[in-house]
Amino acid sequence: MTTPLTSAPAGGAGAAEDTATAAPASPWALALHRLRRQKAAVVGLAIIVFFVLIAVLAPVLTAISGKGPDQIDKKAVDPYLGGLPRGSLGGISPDHWLGVEPLLGRDVFARLVYGAQISLLVAFSAALLITVIGTVLGITAGYFGGRVDAVISRFMDVMMSFPSLIFMIALLSVARNVNRVVLLIGVLSVFSWPYIARVIRGQTLSLRHREYVEAARACGTGNRRILLTEILPNLTGTIIVYVTLAIPGLIGAEAALTFLGVGIRPPTPSWGQMISDSVLYYKVDPMFFILPSACLFLVVLAFTLLGDALRDALDPKGSRT
Amino acid sequence: MIGFLARRLAAMAVTLLVICALTFAVFYLLPTDPAAQFCGKDCSADRIELVRQQLGLNDPLIVQFGRYVAGIFAGQTLGTGPYAVRCDFPCFGYSFQSAQPVWTLMMDRLPTSASLALGAAVLWLVLGLGVGVLSALRRGSWLDRTLMVGTIGIAALPVYFTAMILLYLVVTVGGLLPYPRYIAFTEDPGSWIANLILPWTTLALMYAAMYARMTRNSVIETMAEPYVRTARAKGLPERRVVGKHGLRPALTPVATMLGMDLGGLLAGALITESLFSLPGVGKLFADSLNKADQPVIMGITLLASFFIVSSNLVVDLVYAWIDPRARLA
Amino acid sequence: MTGQPLLAVHDLSVHFATAEGTVHAVKGVDFTVEAGRTLGIVGESGSGKSVTSLAVMGLHRGATVTGSAKLHGRELIGAPEEEIRRLRGRTMAMVFQDALTALHPYFTIGDQIAEAYREHHGGSRKRARARAVDVLGDVGIPEPARRADEYPHQFSGGMRQRAMIALALSCEPDLIIADEPTTALDVTVQAQVLELLMKLQQDRGLGIVMITHDLGVIARVADEVLVMYGGSAAEQAPADTLFAAPRHPYTRGLLDSLPRLDAADGAALRSIPGTPPSLLTPPAGCAFHPRCPVYAAAGDPRCTGDRPALRQVADGHRSACVLDEVTTA
Repeated sequence: MTTPLTSAPAGGAGAAEDTATAAPASPWALALHRLRRQKAAVVGLAIIVFFVLIAVLAPVLTAISGKGPDQIDKKAVDPYLGGLPRGSLGGISPDHWLGVEPLLGRDVFARLVYGAQISLLVAFSAALLITVIGTVLGITAGYFGGRVDAVISRFMDVMMSFPSLIFMIALLSVARNVNRVVLLIGVLSVFSWPYIARVIRGQTLSLRHREYVEAARACGTGNRRILLTEILPNLTGTIIVYVTLAIPGLIGAEAALTFLGVGIRPPTPSWGQMISDSVLYYKVDPMFFILPSACLFLVVLAFTLLGDALRDALDPKGSRT
Repeated sequence: MIGFLARRLAAMAVTLLVICALTFAVFYLLPTDPAAQFCGKDCSADRIELVRQQLGLNDPLIVQFGRYVAGIFAGQTLGTGPYAVRCDFPCFGYSFQSAQPVWTLMMDRLPTSASLALGAAVLWLVLGLGVGVLSALRRGSWLDRTLMVGTIGIAALPVYFTAMILLYLVVTVGGLLPYPRYIAFTEDPGSWIANLILPWTTLALMYAAMYARMTRNSVIETMAEPYVRTARAKGLPERRVVGKHGLRPALTPVATMLGMDLGGLLAGALITESLFSLPGVGKLFADSLNKADQPVIMGITLLASFFIVSSNLVVDLVYAWIDPRARLA
Repeated sequence: MTGQPLLAVHDLSVHFATAEGTVHAVKGVDFTVEAGRTLGIVGESGSGKSVTSLAVMGLHRGATVTGSAKLHGRELIGAPEEEIRRLRGRTMAMVFQDALTALHPYFTIGDQIAEAYREHHGGSRKRARARAVDVLGDVGIPEPARRADEYPHQFSGGMRQRAMIALALSCEPDLIIADEPTTALDVTVQAQVLELLMKLQQDRGLGIVMITHDLGVIARVADEVLVMYGGSAAEQAPADTLFAAPRHPYTRGLLDSLPRLDAADGAALRSIPGTPPSLLTPPAGCAFHPRCPVYAAAGDPRCTGDRPALRQVADGHRSACVLDEVTTA
């Protein structure tokens, strides 16, 4: 018994069932219909799919291009010019489709493609963790209230008062021998879950008092069943929107941490690492600076566009808490 | 009201204590050895062990933590004998590498960070609010759509990218401004501005984009509220309807967001300060990380937490002041 | 009929352009309101009654309004915004349904009333505030001077609605449009508010348009009734006549569906079968025909042809049913 997530089509005060030719009645179908009409969402989704494909197919793509991400190619750089790539545009050639990195001559295309893997892996994993932790804790706090809520809320307050970036940097520089990717995912998750938990808690609080939940309780339905069948389905819209909008932040955070030297460590390729390396050369080899920045920009842009469109489609009344 | 304030301050203190404890515990695990740092490079292993004992580094974690917290208020004396150093209230530890109390180091750098943060805040508020309100009032027009697409784009730009591009365009190619260095306001206001414009813009752009979108959404929502229609029904001129009845509630979420952002700005400015080599607290943090100067790292973490927690309190107070309905709590 | 009616509406139509098509919210409505008399507009949600009143006040944004609405003989539809703005609040005022959302949460009641007064009459703040206190007293709010400094959320529901009425009265308008003013209140408070309105009308010679879906309210306060369905007028008659001898099948259905105290025990509740029409794709001809028992029996093509307009069926009594000669049989 889920309430429709959306109100009837704007201006159509009459019942939706009456109109045979108008928009479909189910809330999800309605949302999808609305989403498909927003060009921005389609563009965003296309970009995301593109990058996900690239990340997944990284080994295949590098097999085709013939150059691995760690392969050093000293012939492609000019030692007399301080290691600058030979040729224009950062050394673009049939051998190296997007040019090479200065000094070591590593193939930019290969590194971008594998860097996509890392960036998306970290962001998606962290997003998944955040969602699970945040939803569980948020629902628990909102539904059960009382002391449970007090404890969890306190916990959230403390976590949110941490200067997260600073702490993340410090933590990452402390731990030397742990797998960087796992550590990054862990650290990012630990500091980001309170935000979604807070939103979920708020929604759960208001849902808890809805009539159909009271009705279910009056029938003697157990808590677990209520949570699964009444409350959780109504939260999926919020969760989806939140996750989509959180991913750009996570990607950016990973890139920033790597840029500062505490994230992914070389030789693992990462966009943040490439940008960090490229700063020295940005005047003389701008392509090396532009390419990973552009990739980062596009992915962040795509998720933001999609997230915005999803929010408009799933939550047109715009409860932005 | 007093009760509310007292309770919030108490909660603040508890939160800070917890954060302090957690930070302390984390840094306890740092591989660097403060005793070695204190003693210097040419110390023998025995000597280092002696220093360790004097500094109380072999005591249990709890005891060390207790000493640290007490030291914040009462000051601390580290080591004994002729090499002892005295760190007065407020004592957040002593940086052996710089031979200065952490507090002094931080306070020296704070004005720079403050200049950066506040200047950027002014810039992003003006830009963000201006664009947001304009977009909201001209909702659906091509201006609105262009601006909103623009803000999404700008918000997606990584900070270092913006910094580099700006540096390249304005300094290298345009030659309009000198390469930024920090010049104190008291020395030369003109130069102070000229040198901070690029860092301000870099820091402000992303926030401006976010604020523009948030303001736009907020204004649109508020203008759809029934009380705005009542204001029109009263026969008020549209200017007053929008300005007085519409904008005030619309700006409330912006105000609260601003409070939180300012609180967290110490961390946010970190990258900008590093990029432009501005001698602020953020740069101090980055440098201390490289040198593994543990007391400084710890002190800055605490300072940043303090800002965040206090700004949350200020935001709540401001909110209660703006919205009469919030005063019930 | 003494001279010119206060408000004369003729062939008023309102439609909205939406992404799904054009919504015809109001189609060709006529009515008049006399000074000192109350016109009740009754209909279900979606019948167009609120849209009509908002169109008269010129409070629609982005809707196309055609037809004529003359207040004291002055044309409102299509008049420049500046002109209408001066009339709003001053000559014609509106009382909205939910006072909690219709009053601005950030300003005191006194401020909100004083603001309206100063807009139309100028003068000092003191005078405006005195006026606010006066008018709050007129609507029966105890201790008006103290309550004028309180915020809407500090009032009870009934008090708030009275305050809303006070706001409407503050500039001494000639016409008050009350849009479901008692729907959000419980029955006893409802009675008090209605009594208040009647008394004010008697004292000041106000013309009142009472918009409601509640026939009980109509019976209590309306002199003249307009029944709306699916955006069009269905029937118009003096209140007594409407209740005693309704001519339109919809009105009959409405009255039949009222539960009666003198009905037999265990008698089933009667309702009008079907659902209200879509305003996006309205049925051809008479909006009510898909649910009309008379059409179901007669199947007359005139019901599905042109949209029927109100026709005189008795003295002062108009009905839009083209099959009327049939129903009176």
